[in-house]
Amino acid sequence: MATSFAEAGADLELVGITKRFPGFTAIEHLDLTIPAGSFFALLGPSGCGKTTTLRLIAGLEDPTEGRILIGGKDVTTTKTFRRPVNTVFQSYALFPHMSILENVAFGLKRRRIADAQQLAHEALRLVELDHLAQRRPSQLSGGQQQRVALARAVVNRPALLLLDEPLGALDLKLRRQMQIELKQIQGDVGLTFLHVTHDQEEAMTMADTIAVMNKGEIEQMGAPEELYELPKTAFVANFLGQSNLFTGPVVSAKGDTIVVDIAGRKVAVPRDRAQRHAGEVTIGVRPEKLALSTAEPKESAGVNIVGPGRVVDVSFSGVSTQYQVQVPGLGTMTVFAQNMAFGPVVNLGAEVWLTWTVDHGFGLADDPSAGPRFEPDEDTTQIATQRRERLEAELEGA
Amino acid sequence: MAFGAFSSATPVAAEPAVRRRSPIALFLLLPGALYLSLFFLVPFVSLVLTSFKAPGEFGDIGEYDYAFKWENYVAVVQTYWPHIARSFGYAAVATVLALLFSYPLAYFIGVKLRRFPLWQALALTLVIAPFFISFLLRTLAWKQILSDEGPVVTVLQALTVLPEGAHITQTPAAVIFGLTYNFIPFMCLPIYTSLERLDLRYVEAGGDLYASPATTFMRVTLPLSMPGVISGTLLTFIPASGDYINASSAFLGAPDTAMIGNVIEANFLQLQNYPVAASLSIILMAVILIFVSAYIKRSGTEDLL
Amino acid sequence: MQAGAAVAETAKAVPPKPARRPFRLGVGKWGLGVYAILAFVFLLIPIVYTIVFSFNDVRRSNIVWRGFTLDNWINICQQPEVCEAFGNSILVAVVATLLATALGTAMAIALVRYRFRFRTATTLLLFLPMATPEVVLGAGLAAQFLTAGVSKGIVTIILAHTMFCISFVVVTVRARVASLDPALEEAGRDLYASPAQVFWRITFPLLLPGIIAAALLSFALSFDDFIITNFNSGAAVTFPKYVYTAATRGIPAQANVIASAVFLVAIIGVVIAQVSAGIRRKRLAKAG
Repeated sequence: MATSFAEAGADLELVGITKRFPGFTAIEHLDLTIPAGSFFALLGPSGCGKTTTLRLIAGLEDPTEGRILIGGKDVTTTKTFRRPVNTVFQSYALFPHMSILENVAFGLKRRRIADAQQLAHEALRLVELDHLAQRRPSQLSGGQQQRVALARAVVNRPALLLLDEPLGALDLKLRRQMQIELKQIQGDVGLTFLHVTHDQEEAMTMADTIAVMNKGEIEQMGAPEELYELPKTAFVANFLGQSNLFTGPVVSAKGDTIVVDIAGRKVAVPRDRAQRHAGEVTIGVRPEKLALSTAEPKESAGVNIVGPGRVVDVSFSGVSTQYQVQVPGLGTMTVFAQNMAFGPVVNLGAEVWLTWTVDHGFGLADDPSAGPRFEPDEDTTQIATQRRERLEAELEGA
Repeated sequence: MAFGAFSSATPVAAEPAVRRRSPIALFLLLPGALYLSLFFLVPFVSLVLTSFKAPGEFGDIGEYDYAFKWENYVAVVQTYWPHIARSFGYAAVATVLALLFSYPLAYFIGVKLRRFPLWQALALTLVIAPFFISFLLRTLAWKQILSDEGPVVTVLQALTVLPEGAHITQTPAAVIFGLTYNFIPFMCLPIYTSLERLDLRYVEAGGDLYASPATTFMRVTLPLSMPGVISGTLLTFIPASGDYINASSAFLGAPDTAMIGNVIEANFLQLQNYPVAASLSIILMAVILIFVSAYIKRSGTEDLL
Repeated sequence: MQAGAAVAETAKAVPPKPARRPFRLGVGKWGLGVYAILAFVFLLIPIVYTIVFSFNDVRRSNIVWRGFTLDNWINICQQPEVCEAFGNSILVAVVATLLATALGTAMAIALVRYRFRFRTATTLLLFLPMATPEVVLGAGLAAQFLTAGVSKGIVTIILAHTMFCISFVVVTVRARVASLDPALEEAGRDLYASPAQVFWRITFPLLLPGIIAAALLSFALSFDDFIITNFNSGAAVTFPKYVYTAATRGIPAQANVIASAVFLVAIIGVVIAQVSAGIRRKRLAKAG
């Protein structure tokens, strides 16, 4: 089966891409290189420009500035239907007036490939739907439609396959299953996949490389583990999983760690895991790396200790229990503890100390004095505050 | 959604389509737009000009010269104001009657029959069925049913409801009756479309919040179906005011029930008195445009089609 | 008239949500149902009357019932004027439908899919013919033909009918175009279809039900039109015009026959459309 797909994928290069819409700029000077044959994820919140990037690559939009190169060839001015790129759409976009076999054969027929029907059947067999070849899309379930959309794109052996949040409409179990299948097909067929999603778990599971996108720019790019364990910006630290972040001045930068003063406590971060070594810095640690203890732990090398704090919330979530610990001067810290025993390790209101290995900490590139706060500002508190301020201003004016 | 009420009960637009700028648009629009300009706008302008014409030099019938005889309008209104008032009067009454008749029917089909799509479709077919028989023959059928020798008059006279020698046909009542009947589908379908989309959970919420069925209807159902009611009212009133079949002596009317339409027809086709016919048409059009612009001001032009 | 369109479209309506507690209007459980039945009977009276009287055994004036006969149905064209008028109506309706559907579909696609200046003007231009009373439309066009020195006949009827049908075609097709997922056409482009191929293989087949509904609507409107025809036909006679002019001296039963035949064809067509839609819906539900 894999032998019938002989070609491998091609490189994708975006050089200085800018896309402006009337009223706002979606993407500003984006540079991106995706190596051939990899499974690449473009991850970001809605409105960050990832779908626009995808549409630019597919040719469904034209960039305001910049160039797009596929396999070294400049395709910036090439029309959609001439680019060796295929898309799996978010809504699948299966042609309702054709059978799924005709859907899958559509691209082949337009390219006048011989034996289009034969190849279409093979593609359907790849996604295990050949027995339903004569059915219409409306007669299939969501998961089946998604597989047909995939087959329809893959059968054309494009240099680059674009996936626009294709698993969004599926329920959890089906999504997990499809994630594994997609990864497998990509490996079997050897194409370059570009997967656009807002689901960080999905990106981490499936991709070889992730680029985190925010407001039209790529904040960080790398392997999933790299992005997760060593985020470089606050956005990445908060978008991928959760982080506990602190701000403070660097008091010493000798040796292979930097020491930061956090509300009186001295916290160490390895030098090669910190982006900035002087001035005000933001450092952080992942919640699952923290350990709770009810007794003040003894100082030891290679371990940061913070506390005492009070447990203000305990949430059971199956695999782990989430604790919120209020530490004076530091704010509220989040701890994930794997449920190795029945019941919470500490109770609500208990006094606890938090420890973590120095090696697990990271330092961000953001300059705290220059930037916005760390919390995302879409939450309702923010909106309510603004509203109240506006009303108060109105009342004052009246 | 005014006139589109007829064509679609499906919610429109899966997602708001991004509109492209392209020269193709011109190519698609121009033929139709030119055709309409040539055969609608130009004639309309022609009509306006004709309404100002004066009788020709030699006074021949049908010969007119361009002029600016504003007096035409004055004379027309003076002579024909009873017809004008009658037309809008009849149309208004017919519209109200059609509304009273159609609303419960539309409610029944759109709300009560929701669980039975096949019956719903059958019911709608019955509502539209009158359209499938020629407009003229329908009206003629009523004329004969309501005529002095017909069953209705005989029965009513037997019950002494109707005095001896009285007619039903050739009275304003018959004309209004005819108008109402012929425009029921125009009134019923838009209201049906509105009610069909009514989310019944609003009605349940009304009951949950202590409103009696009557109050719920007045304060929840009726306001929510208002767009359909307004569409239906426009779709009924406008053609009804210009109608002349029902009022024609050959059908349900008599010379003293003549409406604007009858006068226009007579002046144009028989008397060849084009300025009179034209000015009356413009007056009719002007009044209707007042209603339509009130609607547009309320709902904007995007939704018109 | 609007029958085909309205019914065909409402058949594709959102599947009805079952009402959990039927809302009572306070007239008891059956009040509304009884009213509806009476209303339907009322609506059908003239139709039944017309059909019944098509079997009347009369030569001319079809006013009083004389006896049952199938003669009228068998010898439809005994009165040649009736058949001639009918033939003219069909001719006019077919040509006007073709023209109006072509012009209107193009405009509908442009309105939904493209940005252009003068959008408001175009919308008004399409809307006004629907809002103008037929008397005004007819008189205006007739005045124009007069001024231009064009003699009235079948051609002028066709021109007039095309004019007022375009707006209705636009309304019907526009709804269909708007409900077309643009992603489908994007998928076509993505799958190597040129713009022409995208239109003919994807857009057009998906628009076809709407276009057909618009054509049926246009045909019905044209066939049944009297007022505008009356002003613009000169000596030519269409079926409604024949009925009108014959009304005073007596309409032959054959006219009833034709009207009844048209009615039956239309009703059967609608019923078939409904039933096949219902069957298709059931098949889809089962196969999913």
